[in-house]
Amino acid sequence: MTTTLPDLERSAGVEVKARALSRRTTGADAVFAHSARLVGASVLVITGGVGLFLGLQALPTFQRYGLDFLTEQQWSPDTDVIGIAAVLVGTLQVAFVAMVIAFPLALTTALFISEYAPARIRPTLVSLVDLMAAVPSVIYGLFVALLLMPYAADLSIWFDRNLGWIPLFAVPGGNADAPLPALSQYGFSSFVAGIAVSMMVMPMACAVMRQVFSQTPPGEKEAALALGASTWGMVRTVVLPFGRGGIIGGTMLALGRALGETIAVALILSPAFDIKWSVTEKGGNTISSLIANRFGEASDSQLKALLAAGFVLFLITLLINTLAAIVVNRSRSGADTD
Amino acid sequence: MTALDRRPDAAPAATRPRGTTTLPSYDDDAPPRAPRASLGRPTPDELFVRVGSWVAALGLAWVVTQRLLPLAGLPWFVLSWFVLGLLVTAVATAATGTWVDVKDRVAAAVVTGGAVVVGAALVAVVAYVAYKGYKPVLNTNFFLDDMAGVGPKDPFDQGGIRHAILGSLIEIGIAVAITLPLGIGTAVFMTEVGGRFARVVRTVVEAMTALPSIVAGLFIYTVWILALGNDRSGFAASLALSVMMLPIIARASDVVLRVVPGGLREASLALGASRWRTVWHVVLPTARPGLATALILGIARGIGETSPVLLTSGAAEFTKTNPVDGAMNSLPLFIFGGVRSGNEVAIQRAYGAAFALLLLVLVLFVIARLLARPPRAGGRRRPRLRRGPVSPAAPLAGPSAPAQPAPAAPAAPGAPVPPSKEATR
Repeated sequence: MTTTLPDLERSAGVEVKARALSRRTTGADAVFAHSARLVGASVLVITGGVGLFLGLQALPTFQRYGLDFLTEQQWSPDTDVIGIAAVLVGTLQVAFVAMVIAFPLALTTALFISEYAPARIRPTLVSLVDLMAAVPSVIYGLFVALLLMPYAADLSIWFDRNLGWIPLFAVPGGNADAPLPALSQYGFSSFVAGIAVSMMVMPMACAVMRQVFSQTPPGEKEAALALGASTWGMVRTVVLPFGRGGIIGGTMLALGRALGETIAVALILSPAFDIKWSVTEKGGNTISSLIANRFGEASDSQLKALLAAGFVLFLITLLINTLAAIVVNRSRSGADTD
Repeated sequence: MTALDRRPDAAPAATRPRGTTTLPSYDDDAPPRAPRASLGRPTPDELFVRVGSWVAALGLAWVVTQRLLPLAGLPWFVLSWFVLGLLVTAVATAATGTWVDVKDRVAAAVVTGGAVVVGAALVAVVAYVAYKGYKPVLNTNFFLDDMAGVGPKDPFDQGGIRHAILGSLIEIGIAVAITLPLGIGTAVFMTEVGGRFARVVRTVVEAMTALPSIVAGLFIYTVWILALGNDRSGFAASLALSVMMLPIIARASDVVLRVVPGGLREASLALGASRWRTVWHVVLPTARPGLATALILGIARGIGETSPVLLTSGAAEFTKTNPVDGAMNSLPLFIFGGVRSGNEVAIQRAYGAAFALLLLVLVLFVIARLLARPPRAGGRRRPRLRRGPVSPAAPLAGPSAPAQPAPAAPAAPGAPVPPSKEATR
């Protein structure tokens, strides 16, 4: 076993020159790089094409109706009065109700899974939340429309009776003090639709939050505990500040999804075309359920108007998702998550 | 912790001049603290306060809702139980502990309560659909027959949802055949090739994940069906699903590929492997569980999505296996149509189909979980090595564990787990 050292004497006289390095890919690598680029370009064309197409199709509608398209409440193509003010407000109302319900549940569930649950059952809980995210929205729609609706209407009646001074809960024309208040006035509302949507978007927000919480540096958590913090003290001073970006980002991602939800809303809401300030009043509409209800009988110009409405919806969700991405990326946490 | 708060010198701290250090003085006459039986588990006292409070609240809730206030009904009972439980917990804790203890207990109860509500919602959805849908499912013809020539009011021993199940599988199959190569290819392009163009692609793909599914359906409806003059068909539905799923899968795979440790790539390149060999033999196998999870979750999302299908596929009542030949039904559409019809039997059938759809999603989900398990290298050797004093997984576990993709990390039973809370408490 001997080790042979390189002969330094022989190479001493030779002038050392840097090897020429090329970053150009050759052979199979070039094929790989180019085909990958081709795939990327085709996906860019497909996805970008959808956005461009929507924008182009929406243009004639915007030109024809101008700003009235955004401020008009009625959608009656027969009289050539078309506007999305009512459906836009309805969309925001449903999403608002959904987030009011989903946010606290998502936050507490994420905290429970990452901080309170025994480590042994944690993977199971994570899969359960993922499973909840995978349950089709039509099933949540069924569940809420056919099982929860009467209870939700009861709650609406209670709101109207006790919190009726808040415009959000006052149902005009409804008589909450009647011995048997009419369920038909309190059901089929944005509030009930919001419950269904909240069940859909909650797991999504929860997954993002939990993931960010689980990235909290264990050293900082242990430091807080070693300094005598209770579990809640540790959560409040370490986990929540660290996960703030994930909380905001996850909520906004869920909001983006809530705005675009169709089927659960279409099953529950009874279509109406005026702005209702009360979320518990029967009737309402969202952009996506408008499309689902009207695409079949639409003429060419109406279809363009529907596309324009869809484009507005897309722009809103795009704005919210982009803001969410910025928040998640700029915060300390969640750099690797999104 | 309570011991720290009740230090004998805690009180005069305010009167002391600033800048001086005072050593704590201990009361020698005080009885020695009873040693805790174990570090992690609550003492019997604690256990009593925790469990007893909720039992007491149960009784209080009964008194309040059934005797004092006119709040009949189970929802009110549960709600008041929760609120009263928080109150009793707070009071009982305050009797023995400090304000910090009270906050800790109440926060734990609130957090657990939220999680229980969510769990109950999931269980309720599954149980309700199973309860409502079991009747049609009991007949085998429900899975083996279609609705051709069967009226909506006919009993459950006639007709079935074979056409909807087949339609769903065919549509999602085509959509996966389109999105899988394109999605993962794009992710490989964005992470492994890179460059300015890749950044453009990433921006656009991320933007398009915001596309609402109904708008994807409307796009295909306008272009493929109205402008190009094709019929409504299963293929059109697959196209709509693809437009919806492509950005989702591309982005999820991108996230998974980005967290493959750069050291692995560099090691492979340093050993002389070419770039595509590195991608094929190192990057993709490392990310395999995460990619599988991303794909299956994308499929689970796509198979339950109703709105693109509603606009593009039409609803046939008979079995059809050729996706380009006219209308084709699918499970979500069948459910939607049944519920919308308002007919009692049709609604029951819709529940049966919902049950089948839920089972399908569940099966897909279990497959995703099985695939997400990391491959067992060398059979039983890894666990034995792990038990040794120096864990071979330790250097990997430090920096890379937090960067693990969400779907993969928690599902992996053998994955390195950061120091658990059990140990730190």
